[in-house]
Amino acid sequence: MPFNQKNLLGIQYLSPDEIITILDTAESFLEISKREVKKVPTLRGKTVVNLFFEASTRTRSSFELAAKRLSADIVNFNLNSSSVIKGESLKDTVLNLAAMNTDAIIVRHSCAGVPHFMSTFCKSSIINAGDGFHEHPTQALLDAFTIRERKKSFEGLKTVIIGDVLHSRVARSNIFLLKKMGANVVLIAPPPLLPPEFKSLGVNIDFNFERGIEDADVIMMLRIQLERQQRNFFPSIREYRNLYQLTKKRFARAKKNAIIMHPGPINRDVEISADLADSVKSVILKQVENGIAIRMAILYLLLGGKDRETTN
Amino acid sequence: MKEKIKAKVMDSPKMKRAFHRIVTEIIEHNHNLENLVIIGIRTRGIYLGKRIAKLIKDLEKIKIPLGVLDITLYRDDFLEFELQHMVKKTEIDFSIKNKDVLLVDDVLFTGRTIRAAMDSIFDLGRPKSIQLFVFIDRGHRELPVRADYVGKFLPTSRREIVHVHLKEIDGNDEVLITEPSGIIK
Repeated sequence: MPFNQKNLLGIQYLSPDEIITILDTAESFLEISKREVKKVPTLRGKTVVNLFFEASTRTRSSFELAAKRLSADIVNFNLNSSSVIKGESLKDTVLNLAAMNTDAIIVRHSCAGVPHFMSTFCKSSIINAGDGFHEHPTQALLDAFTIRERKKSFEGLKTVIIGDVLHSRVARSNIFLLKKMGANVVLIAPPPLLPPEFKSLGVNIDFNFERGIEDADVIMMLRIQLERQQRNFFPSIREYRNLYQLTKKRFARAKKNAIIMHPGPINRDVEISADLADSVKSVILKQVENGIAIRMAILYLLLGGKDRETTN
Repeated sequence: MKEKIKAKVMDSPKMKRAFHRIVTEIIEHNHNLENLVIIGIRTRGIYLGKRIAKLIKDLEKIKIPLGVLDITLYRDDFLEFELQHMVKKTEIDFSIKNKDVLLVDDVLFTGRTIRAAMDSIFDLGRPKSIQLFVFIDRGHRELPVRADYVGKFLPTSRREIVHVHLKEIDGNDEVLITEPSGIIK
């Protein structure tokens, strides 16, 4: 199925068929990273910009490697040495980058909706690498790819997402994607981190870890975002650990062949016990590996073919 | 696009005879068959490759490794497409370093596919040699490419289309020349 999108703003805007196309395309790219010469000439002459207004190592370097393995040129925009600290507006920054004839801009920003805003005036393809608490589509796609690799299909899978759901764009993108693909989703978190409004997305919520994880096929842990805890969403890290850490004992309640996922970076022994994170049940490093193939597929699908009209 | 059939050039027995002849040539030409590997270009090259490997096994009792190549990512007209072609997997699970590679495709036309395939092979390793097998050579080369083994030379006009049909995917073995019906711009 052809893929006719100019931007990747969020999972919300993709159809199930488009999601499958992305996953299938990524399947073909997986092998390139295992070659001795990890490069194909496909996107030679294309220019991609990494525009990260928030810290990131994994996503930024994953996009960078993906672009390089497709022979595109990539520029990393470093916030600290940029004109943003001189007071340049977001729109001006983006217009200036676009004036350099870039083909795609990968953006991460602490405000939800920034990629969407950029897409309204920028002729380059915009790829959302995380906007506020809104979406992180490539993470959800690589998670889906990893799940499909292990479980073959999404239909009827019980997926539990555990942790700081409130602040998590990864959780939102994953919820959109898993619901579109027919999986069941259960969210588990302390009540302050799990507002009841989430139910409107068609998911179940549970404040009790032991009950919620029962018979799960896929367990997605979220990072406790220590930098966002100044408002005291839970009394102490110790209490969080006691009630919501994924331990061997709790994991035993899930299905025998359940897998453990985590978008990283991990707080070892906070949201997940270290031995489980390193166990054979964990696919955490596989997610990182698959991330490059997914991002190659996205760049390929957005930048391949003739220039399209500047519409979504 | 509708196509109308102009001629059936080969049928199943003819194709079978051509196959036998070429496989004999391949065996004759490659003194060290143990060093030979076959790489089929998607899609029909895969099935042609399988047939060659089977015939060599029947005749010489040697099992030739078989790989599959998808050249989409190496095409020179990649950025001209209206929409991207679907990329499929390249599946070559053996090393091609210092091997004699037999590249297999159904029709040789402009030579651009073979150029892309050779680029792709060199990214996978440095083979000792590359030989080319095509079932039909229809002329109109745009690059200096020639085949080492040819099932049939078939003079065509540019407007015509050559179809190699294979039992494995098309239901029967035949070679057809067709022409798009209606006016082309």
